[in-house]
Amino acid sequence: MWHWIQRFSSPKHFYVISAKLIPWFAVPTALLMIVGLYQGLFVAPPDYQQGESYRIMFVHVPAAWMSLFIYVVMAVSAGIGLIWQIKLADMVAVASAPIGASFTFLALVTGSLWGKPMWGTYWVWDARLTSELILLFLYFGYMALQSAIEDQRTADKASGLLAIVGVVNIPIIHYSVVWWNTLHQGATVTKFAKPSIDIHMLIPLLLMALAFQLFYFAVILVRTRNEVLYRERNRRWVRELIEQL
Amino acid sequence: MNWSEFFAMGGYAVYVWSSYALAFVVIVGNVVLPLMQRKKVIARIKRAIRRDAILHDNSIAR
Repeated sequence: MWHWIQRFSSPKHFYVISAKLIPWFAVPTALLMIVGLYQGLFVAPPDYQQGESYRIMFVHVPAAWMSLFIYVVMAVSAGIGLIWQIKLADMVAVASAPIGASFTFLALVTGSLWGKPMWGTYWVWDARLTSELILLFLYFGYMALQSAIEDQRTADKASGLLAIVGVVNIPIIHYSVVWWNTLHQGATVTKFAKPSIDIHMLIPLLLMALAFQLFYFAVILVRTRNEVLYRERNRRWVRELIEQL
Repeated sequence: MNWSEFFAMGGYAVYVWSSYALAFVVIVGNVVLPLMQRKKVIARIKRAIRRDAILHDNSIAR
């Protein structure tokens, strides 16, 4: 097991394997998005309270879920990099940050665009919205620390610690709608009881969520490959590979 | 349902379509930016290879 982990986590091995994996994520992503959008925009019925405006949910909720998921991936891989000194783990963490930040931004802006017609305001400083905004700043802080420190190992250590400490924000975001009074609606899917959402709305939501998930896997592979090339740029295998291009 | 009704989104067109437009931009950006980054990294390594080759030739000439 340990041997297998070390083998796969060698940047060179990853670079070779990942090239074959990318289409297996990219193609299903495209298909799921097409079906999910069709279902979400044409098949799902209007909401009995919110009319057509709720269709923002099909991009807002997957983006918000991904903003949390990617942060956890980033923090866990930064932790693996810190503890076991696996270089590839640090590269995955670095590559995750901009993707996570972009989904956080998408969740915040689409939420705001949904809030205006439904709550009458683009923004309120309540628990859910504020903690999600803090998540965006955590991503920014991580990226800023990475690029501010010249020495790569020090940069990985410092930004990795920030990522790990920031994990405390993740349960706060998730439970914010339970712990505090907020304009934001409570969970309708991720709860133990039966989801309180119509099946025709749930299907496109889950399709889009899965599409976003696979999209992240495809993009993280591309970005991590870039990071491998850059960090191993003075290694012979990279030089030989580039000369062949 | 006709198309103009569809695009009107029950009066919420501005909010719904700007959300989907931004989602589109974020998705496309997440594809295009890493591919551009890849080109830049490869170009940089190619320059380094050429520079090292010249240094190497010079050291032999001496």
